[in-house]
Amino acid sequence: MSASAEERNARTPWALTAPALTLFVGVLLIPLAMTVMLSFHDWGQYKGIEPVFILKNWLEIVTDPYYAEMFWRTFRIAILTTLLTALLGAPEAYILNRMGGRWKSVFLLVILGPLLISVVARTLGWALLFGGNNGLVNKLLMSAGLIRAPIPFMFTETGMVVALAHVMMPFMVLSVWAALQRLDPQIENAAMSLGAGPVTIIRRIIMPQIMPGVLSGAIIVFSLSASAFATPAIIGGRRLKVAATLAYDEFLNTLNWPLGAAVATLLLAALVLIVVGSNALIERRYAEVFR
Amino acid sequence: MSRNGPLALIFHTIFVIVMVAPILVVCLVAFTPEGFLSLPTNGFSLRWFRAIANYPEFVHAFWVSLGLGALSSFVALLFAVPAALAIARYRFRGRDALAALFLSPLMIPHVVLGIAFLRFFTSAGLGGSFAALIIAHVIIVFPFALRLTLAAATGMDLSVEMAAVSLGAGGWTLFRRVTLPLIMPGVISGWALAFIQSFDDLTMTVFLAAPGTETLPVRMFLYIQDNIDPLVTSVSACVIAITMTALILLDRFYGLDRVLAGKGDTGR
Repeated sequence: MSASAEERNARTPWALTAPALTLFVGVLLIPLAMTVMLSFHDWGQYKGIEPVFILKNWLEIVTDPYYAEMFWRTFRIAILTTLLTALLGAPEAYILNRMGGRWKSVFLLVILGPLLISVVARTLGWALLFGGNNGLVNKLLMSAGLIRAPIPFMFTETGMVVALAHVMMPFMVLSVWAALQRLDPQIENAAMSLGAGPVTIIRRIIMPQIMPGVLSGAIIVFSLSASAFATPAIIGGRRLKVAATLAYDEFLNTLNWPLGAAVATLLLAALVLIVVGSNALIERRYAEVFR
Repeated sequence: MSRNGPLALIFHTIFVIVMVAPILVVCLVAFTPEGFLSLPTNGFSLRWFRAIANYPEFVHAFWVSLGLGALSSFVALLFAVPAALAIARYRFRGRDALAALFLSPLMIPHVVLGIAFLRFFTSAGLGGSFAALIIAHVIIVFPFALRLTLAAATGMDLSVEMAAVSLGAGGWTLFRRVTLPLIMPGVISGWALAFIQSFDDLTMTVFLAAPGTETLPVRMFLYIQDNIDPLVTSVSACVIAITMTALILLDRFYGLDRVLAGKGDTGR
């Protein structure tokens, strides 16, 4: 190959990616940088946004216990949602994987399909099911004898966790499902022929091998739950705020954009740290599984 | 041949019921003949579907969503197809970093994107415009368009292209007559998945939409904030029906598990 052809070859990938790269730098990286800068600007009820460099918004978030409580609530809801999806989603993925061909694909469609259905519609469904103190869910639980008094679901964290877990469940099932596909079914048979019971097989053979799937599913569910907007806004109402709904309020109701930008920046930074950190931990712990 | 025990099947049954229940209840309530929220116990009625027509905000929002989804997915593919070909075919410095950048909208919370775009487009004098919505949606659907195109381009048999080159095809002809038709299934699936993502997005769009450019999810969300009545359930039922149709088409042409395998894959 001649030198010029080689040079042209080296330039081709850049020429092909240049339009997308320009787009991403121009309308993704620059706006994100502007948001971080915005969080350092001043704001007043009458003067609006003043482009100066001050730490006012950041100090307010750090010192006012309202924000600490709000962030703690956000992460508490995300952690509970993650636990709930892991505890129910992992066994379901396992059961699904053991089903016969046709049923498997039908139920896979039923369980993963909701992922693509509007979050607003799905949350509306939960609002209808919860509906006040004599909603369908409470009636069912009471007639089954599981609870005596109705549990308040609307405008509570309990309701948010239940609805969020439903919204996020497909991600967990999908992630565990992917891990199960890498698993050699013969290992289970080998364990059985060596005299292991079903409990031992699940605990000693299955669990260690699907754990990476559960954990990477957990990271996805956690980060999406911590930044969720529609479900907390509809189920939580106007008073029970999480990070995303608070930022929305600051931007579109209070109009204190710099403070809202600071909340959003902090949420982004916290999530990036948590996701990158736990990814590194998982990869170190399960290096041999991923190889 | 099911190898699950009875306990596992009971768990599975309850699990599936809970997964389907909220979606089913929305669709059922939409058919109520009553003037308030209730399950249709006294027969089915279409009155709340007819009521949508008397509420022009929803109809307008539907067309906005449809146009926005179709257009932004198409524009995203214009950028994604060449990028996918470059990433699939060439090993060059910065390749991994570029791929990470192009998939990054999956990792950034949509509320942060909404704020960033609101700030950006307002200072650019485009606040609340349809053009701003298009550009913002191109960014959020780009990873989906890229990923499916990339999968098709990676799996492509290069010898067909070589045969075309040896017969004298080159440049644009080669792309239009050989490469593009070969990666078409990936491109179409990428478009469909991107469309669904755009059609369903609330969190980012709610920051950008103004009266006149409100999308259907935004209109529904603002409506629910005020009150929940059967009208919003019939609108939701229509949205669910549209998504289900797209879903079944995707499953037929591409396989749903393949489409979803990469979705939200922030981990690895």
